[in-house]
Amino acid sequence: MDFLNQTFLLLRKDLLLEMRRRESLLTMFFFGTLLLFVFHFSFDLAPDRMVEMAPALLWLAFLFTGTLGLAQLFEAERGNHCLEALLLSPMDRGALFLAKTCFNLILMVLVEIVVIPLFWILFNLRSWDVIPNLFLVTLLGTVGFCVLGTLLSAVTLKARARELLLPLVLFPLMIPVILGTIRCMEAILRAGELGDALPWLRLLVGFDVIFLTVGVLIFDWVIEV
Amino acid sequence: MAEISKTSGKSKGYLGALALISVLLGLYWGLLQAPPDAYQGEVQRIMYLHIPSILTAYLSFFLVFVGSCLYLWKREKRDDILAYSAAEIGVLFTALTIVEGSIWGKPTWGVWWTWDARLTLTAILLLIFAGYLMLRSLTEDENRAASGAAVLGIIGFLDIPLIHMSVYWWRTLHQPPSILRPDKAPWDNVHPALLTALAINFVGFMLLYFYLLSQRFRLGEIKEEIKARLLNRDN
Repeated sequence: MDFLNQTFLLLRKDLLLEMRRRESLLTMFFFGTLLLFVFHFSFDLAPDRMVEMAPALLWLAFLFTGTLGLAQLFEAERGNHCLEALLLSPMDRGALFLAKTCFNLILMVLVEIVVIPLFWILFNLRSWDVIPNLFLVTLLGTVGFCVLGTLLSAVTLKARARELLLPLVLFPLMIPVILGTIRCMEAILRAGELGDALPWLRLLVGFDVIFLTVGVLIFDWVIEV
Repeated sequence: MAEISKTSGKSKGYLGALALISVLLGLYWGLLQAPPDAYQGEVQRIMYLHIPSILTAYLSFFLVFVGSCLYLWKREKRDDILAYSAAEIGVLFTALTIVEGSIWGKPTWGVWWTWDARLTLTAILLLIFAGYLMLRSLTEDENRAASGAAVLGIIGFLDIPLIHMSVYWWRTLHQPPSILRPDKAPWDNVHPALLTALAINFVGFMLLYFYLLSQRFRLGEIKEEIKARLLNRDN
């Protein structure tokens, strides 16, 4: 119970800061929208090719905006020795990991809630009824992204050029999530249901569970001063 | 300390000589003794290098994992040096594997590269551990670099089965294993001379690998020693 309490407190702190400054959310949101425009100019998307292209394009947008968010994730703690102060407080470091993951998850989900319908509007798609299912799959993928992203964001915290380094170490490890979400979304767009993409969904859930557990357990060593 | 490094230096010399001899023997056997493959012809000979290189690469990523776990657990510098050394040599052997595979793939499959599952997995492995090396070289604080890299080494190793599964579901074209098959014994599938060539090369690559690893490990130790001496002098 104490663990969840600490997580909630830390998460509240981050949300409060974000509400006051509105830095990460706004940049992520505008960057995501901008990417949709760039995609529209770069591809001539015929409606019959949409099933193959839409999931990939959406996930590219989420990956890039998510990386933008991750680069800012520990920014508040970097200055004024805030991280050291946070680590001095008698709290579980796993709670810090969970709070940061949740914070980034909330930001990304907020962006996705806007970007997915916007994609449907900008590309003139008609199948609005699949959006809830698509969103659930996206959520599973986003959890995986935030879990591993938070972990690696902390790993690269003290590195030079960390904004460049983070995607370099993160993206290869994200391959199961990228492939899994795109296959699931394709199946949903094609048939309206998961069908034979069910193993991919299991893979996604497995990924989320494994790295959430590893993250909570290993974060002690990641964040030490 | 000086005593130890002297004896280990000598045994390392023997290891290096042994590695050189067996690699040369492997080359001789692979190029001249073994008959050309019935279907693929002479180009198949590159397999004698290809298979040992990828096996040594796998071994070194396993050693990165072991070294990383031990370092986080016991905080001994030598475990960290082991992980770092293994990662460097692993990246080298993975790159070598991909280059050899490309040279073999062009005449056999008609393309330098194809998005087959095993090829993709090997390329991803290379990217993961290249990222590992980047992380180490970009972090100035030694202890942070060591523990961060250890965490990355562990995550990377745990992720490999998942990546493996996903790229296999995605697509696979690579030829199925021809030596280790459940239905027949190895010597029934493959001509014994080919197996001998492969075995010699495998031993040669292992010896070479451990020779390189021991040299790289020693280099790490010497760096630590120099740093410690400089600290002592400054104080």
